[in-house]
Amino acid sequence: MAFFSTEGLSISFGGLKALADVSIDVQRNSISAIIGPNGAGKTTLFNCISGIYRAQQGRIIFKDKEIHRLPPHKIAALGIARTYQNVELFAHMTTMDNLMLGRHLFLKTGLLSGATLFHSRSRSARDEIANRDRVEQIIDFLELQAARNEFVSNLPFGTQKKVELGRALALEPELLLLDEPCAGMNVEEKQDLMIWLKDIQEEFGITCLLIEHDMSLVMEISERITVLNYGRKIAEGTPDQIQNDPQVLEAYLGGDDRAEN
Amino acid sequence: MDMKRSHYEDIRLFSSRVVFAWFLVFAGVLVSYPFAASWLGKNYYIYMANYMAINVIVAVGLNLLVGYAGQISLGHAGFFGIGAYGTVLLMTKLQVPFVLALPLAGLAAAGFGFLLGLPALRLEGPYLAVATLGFGLTVTQIIGRWDLFGGRQGLHAPPLALGPVTLAGDFNLYWLIVPTAVVMTMAARNITKTKVGRAFVAIRDSDVAAHTMGVNLTYYKTLAFAVSAFYTGVAGGLYAFALGFIEPQTFNLMLSILFLSMVVVGGLGSIFGSVVGAMLLSLLNLKLASVHTLPFLGPVLLQLSESWFTVSGLPNFQYIVYGLIMFLIIVFEPLGIFGFWIRTKIYWKSYPF
Repeated sequence: MAFFSTEGLSISFGGLKALADVSIDVQRNSISAIIGPNGAGKTTLFNCISGIYRAQQGRIIFKDKEIHRLPPHKIAALGIARTYQNVELFAHMTTMDNLMLGRHLFLKTGLLSGATLFHSRSRSARDEIANRDRVEQIIDFLELQAARNEFVSNLPFGTQKKVELGRALALEPELLLLDEPCAGMNVEEKQDLMIWLKDIQEEFGITCLLIEHDMSLVMEISERITVLNYGRKIAEGTPDQIQNDPQVLEAYLGGDDRAEN
Repeated sequence: MDMKRSHYEDIRLFSSRVVFAWFLVFAGVLVSYPFAASWLGKNYYIYMANYMAINVIVAVGLNLLVGYAGQISLGHAGFFGIGAYGTVLLMTKLQVPFVLALPLAGLAAAGFGFLLGLPALRLEGPYLAVATLGFGLTVTQIIGRWDLFGGRQGLHAPPLALGPVTLAGDFNLYWLIVPTAVVMTMAARNITKTKVGRAFVAIRDSDVAAHTMGVNLTYYKTLAFAVSAFYTGVAGGLYAFALGFIEPQTFNLMLSILFLSMVVVGGLGSIFGSVVGAMLLSLLNLKLASVHTLPFLGPVLLQLSESWFTVSGLPNFQYIVYGLIMFLIIVFEPLGIFGFWIRTKIYWKSYPF
């Protein structure tokens, strides 16, 4: 049984079939990628997995549990975290608070215990401090120290992407969904990201599933690649297999129908 | 600049000794104020302070909902009314002692807040504004037409007994109302620094991201309404005694708008701003109500009002001035007094550059 899989996932918006019968398997502790031209349904797939959309057909199975009928916060509680293509940070919070929100499921402070935060040994203070320690480790790991107390809306886009990655890591997920993690990053940042993704996989034991347009990054770090086009899976396999797949080449570069005319 | 040595310094109530010292000064002023006022023979000043403190509670509670959780409410006069009538009725009809009646009325308001939070799960912006507006108007209509609530005639507040002591008069009430306001403001500030407050802001900034990070939107949105309604309900209960008499017309739409303007003028998403905004607008409200006593301007305005405006007379000017203030704040200082405060602080920190 696969660690994570989707089976025959379909969803359509009006007449548009955004996903048609998409089945993917993800092995535990691997890095897999989903690629495809714009509008292929990659982000829609992520939205289905994280519970924002409800698939009309098919199943999503995570650790032998059906999750396709659960609301997003329950899916997060099972250990699936994600980032967004266009960065969905809490713009008016500092980096620290954004990451602390990632600890939401681990914090036990309620309304009343929170309201009575009057000394450093109160329940809420101890709860906060313990989780701040964990967040601090993530800040060190992603080298976000300089941004620690900045409002995220004031940070450059590349840094915002890092903060978002950090927020997802703060959830201590088992499966991490990354939607174009290196969009808007410069070459140096991309190199860093590649190393971090490897570390996330090897040291934290987190399984990564990423959508990415940067082929050099995809080909270098992913073990398996799934290619979507017009909502359908057209190929899957290792980077080598994908690079030589005629259907993939056609999807990206266009077919040779012009030669026939 | 001193260095921070522990995470607790980030979240504690008084972020530095300077802030704590200022708090002590402020507390000293609060304690000596009623003595000074009664020494001067100005009992009215104590009533003003009570009125301000009540509005501070409402503004802080409303800011949790509007400024932090990003929901809108034009129906808070309804919660205020539920708190006021709830406290009085619990005491007169069921003989519940005040110390229980006030929190119970607050909880009743919170219950209605929860119910009003349910449509908020589906509605946003102007739609939610209309839904909450409907709620506020409904409450006014119901309490105005039901005999239990005294109908149009209103209700008199019963004598306020705290154990063996009976609190009567503005001076005595001050020691109930102002400490309540201080404690509730501190509690609100602590809420904003911990899990619940962070979840509120997360919902405001990006509810989709909050949801996928494990924040239960249903729970936290309704909680925001309930907490905000609780604050307003408690303030309403205190208001019944500060005024000594309640009638349905008090809890009208203009009151909801006044509450909202306190939050906006103070600064959305700032507890400190809410306190200042509430104090400032309460003061303005009381002053504008007696604008006709001004030496020269008063008679002119009265004349103007009588010849050009509706029969409601002078309150017209109150509303015009409010409208003007809101307008100027939105245009020139969208962050309200809090934004002005931040800019001043930055200016002096970096002076002379």
